[in-house]
Amino acid sequence: MIGSIPQDWIWGFVGGLMIGSAAALYLLVNGRIMGASGIVGGLVDRSGWATAPERIAFIAGLIAVPPLLVPLYDNVSTNITQNLGVVVVAGLLVGVGTRLANGCTSGHGVCGISRFSLRGMVATVFYLLAGGITMVAARHLLGII
Amino acid sequence: MKRNIFAFLAGGLFGAGLLVSGMVDTTKVQGWLDVFGAWDPTLAFVLGGAILPMAVAWRVAARRRVAVLGNALPEKPDPRLGHNLVIGSLLFGAGWGLAGLCPGPAMASLSFGGAGGLVFMAAMIVGMMAAPAVRVQVDRLATA
Repeated sequence: MIGSIPQDWIWGFVGGLMIGSAAALYLLVNGRIMGASGIVGGLVDRSGWATAPERIAFIAGLIAVPPLLVPLYDNVSTNITQNLGVVVVAGLLVGVGTRLANGCTSGHGVCGISRFSLRGMVATVFYLLAGGITMVAARHLLGII
Repeated sequence: MKRNIFAFLAGGLFGAGLLVSGMVDTTKVQGWLDVFGAWDPTLAFVLGGAILPMAVAWRVAARRRVAVLGNALPEKPDPRLGHNLVIGSLLFGAGWGLAGLCPGPAMASLSFGGAGGLVFMAAMIVGMMAAPAVRVQVDRLATA
């Protein structure tokens, strides 16, 4: 287990380079910021319907390509909690929160920090803080996840 | 048509990167957030790896007037912070900590994430639908 950890870091870095390259492609070729919550959210609340085909194409790639790589792995699982009540609350919070903040880990985190955006950096500090506190409280104090 | 092809390619590469990096595995995300448990630093390597090519891309973008396909590049970042940025990020972070999923990995894992992944996605969309009404209430409280 301990021996496998550094390899996880390497694959994390490689995957990160792929994520950043995808964001670079979307910026330089399409002229758009690659923010997952904004791309979906603009379809959900209709604020981005003028660019709907491009958004739908991006989401189609995002959903359709990962399963092509799944056979390369022994076992791929999200290991999401079995507690569906927690899943529902978490999904609602992520949906509302990312739209209020106008961004998530990809938009504020990857695209914002890389251009030294104050909003991106402040958002990242607050969602990391809230994520850490909620995670620790839910696991170690409440024992619900 | 070209825009849609490149959007599909960008989405596909993003999804592949999320899978390769392990960010579709909620235990790795929660392992990063759980500073009192078996702390897993992988997420820092993912974010670092993602920021590098993007930092180069922003420098390239700064020298160009338009994107390759001809439309305008994004404007300079808005310097205003505001209560919605802070409150929204706190709510998002809380949900992210609870489930270990954020919007990108939620979609990347939709095909193999089982019922839990579908329920998360549905709830996230409901949350996004509710967001404009929530924003009105938050603005009213913030200015009261």
